[in-house]
Amino acid sequence: MHIARLLRHALSDQVARVRAINHRYAVPRLAMSPAVRFSLLALRIYLVLLVVLLGYKFVTLVVH
Amino acid sequence: MNPITSLYYGFRRNLKAFRLYLVLSGPGLVVMIADNDAGGITTYAATGARYGYHLIWFLLLLIPVAYYVQEMTVRLGAVTKRGHAEAIFDGFGAFWGWFSLIDLIFVDWLTLVTEFVGMTAALAIFGVPAWATVAGVCVLMGVMVVNGRYWTWEKIAMVFCVLNLIYIPGAFMVQPRVSDILSQGLIPNFAGGFNGQLFFFLMANIGTTIAPWMLFFQQSSVVDKGMKEKDIPWGRADTLIGSVFTVVVAVFIVIVTGAVLGGVDIDDAAKAASVLMARDRWLGTFMAIGLFDAGLLGAICISLASSWAFGEIFGWAHSLNNKIREAPAFYVNYLLTLITAGLVVLIPGAPLVLITLFVQVVAVTLLPAALVFLILLLNDHRTMGEYANTTAQNIVGGAIVGVIIALSTLYALSTLFPNLFG
Repeated sequence: MHIARLLRHALSDQVARVRAINHRYAVPRLAMSPAVRFSLLALRIYLVLLVVLLGYKFVTLVVH
Repeated sequence: MNPITSLYYGFRRNLKAFRLYLVLSGPGLVVMIADNDAGGITTYAATGARYGYHLIWFLLLLIPVAYYVQEMTVRLGAVTKRGHAEAIFDGFGAFWGWFSLIDLIFVDWLTLVTEFVGMTAALAIFGVPAWATVAGVCVLMGVMVVNGRYWTWEKIAMVFCVLNLIYIPGAFMVQPRVSDILSQGLIPNFAGGFNGQLFFFLMANIGTTIAPWMLFFQQSSVVDKGMKEKDIPWGRADTLIGSVFTVVVAVFIVIVTGAVLGGVDIDDAAKAASVLMARDRWLGTFMAIGLFDAGLLGAICISLASSWAFGEIFGWAHSLNNKIREAPAFYVNYLLTLITAGLVVLIPGAPLVLITLFVQVVAVTLLPAALVFLILLLNDHRTMGEYANTTAQNIVGGAIVGVIIALSTLYALSTLFPNLFG
């Protein structure tokens, strides 16, 4: 019981920390110029494609 | 002033500059030499065994590549006094920050497992059981950080950097023909024509030269060392010397395996050491010691890169100048990362080969992001001021980053789909 309470307390403490971090960095400090926007968009597309490829590889491994 | 007096003052000036360099050197040298980690040694050993001296010219081209990328972290760290993880959170917001941090922790941990694979394999050649290697390394790395001084940690790490040079006498022992090295190695050529296998080796060599943890490590290290804007020229010199050293060591490994193991199919450095041991006991011993040292250096830097990054974001005290009681979370994170990675190697039947391949693939999800963020942060004139990238630096740095992203992506794809390039 005591351990469960301690774990719950530790978990809620960490969640609060993460929320505080999210709040602290909610607004990017870097000015979002067109070049920065384009770079971040290209990065998102690149990462999505990479994740799709990884997913495809995983599925083919599981199927075979 | 007479010539003797002028010579004397010149000597005094250079001696003073050298002493200052010794004080300020460290992050660049350590990160660059640690770049020749267990995975790197395997790549260079395999390159030499497969292509002899023919790709030495390509390795030499990697000196400016490594320098340009890592030099940017020196400027960013010295000017912002922030580690790379914190700089990404601050510059690009929580989404990209968490993406980078979680990816870094994951990649670092997997890479740490591969370092333990290399270290246990190297000491197994001398009959040391894996559990003893893992326990010994964890104790050694714990002792390195408990004294609570960055300076002491750095100087111990530099001793291990010196040990990384063991391949140089090793190369002299095999007595290679210098004329062969010069004629085959220094003139750009593609031995056997440009094919899928050669492309794979070129990509692997680039992939081992720039790794995501290096960016995070050097920037955090610059901050922990307390370098300021005025120290940037020394940081640059340190990084340049480190870049030269790392490639020189790589070249000497290629010379050793190219001279002795030509035509032998090598897929890991421990196998290279075993084969060399059968031919020449001392040469095999040098190779195995070098592999252990490479794994140890990699482990030292990678575990710290993760702990620094976590500390920066969670606001823990995260300096090697803190005692354990002052920064418990930082040291617990450091040791936990280390011990859990070491334990994986001890699990019977653990998929270590799969982990080694997986590292290359997962690293590619972080490397492009980290490099793009680096270039963008270096173009933030409001923060960087006179240390922001110039147009020329953007052209050179941008081109290098573009090539690294393209080739490391292709390398990851060829790891996932081995028949992609024929």
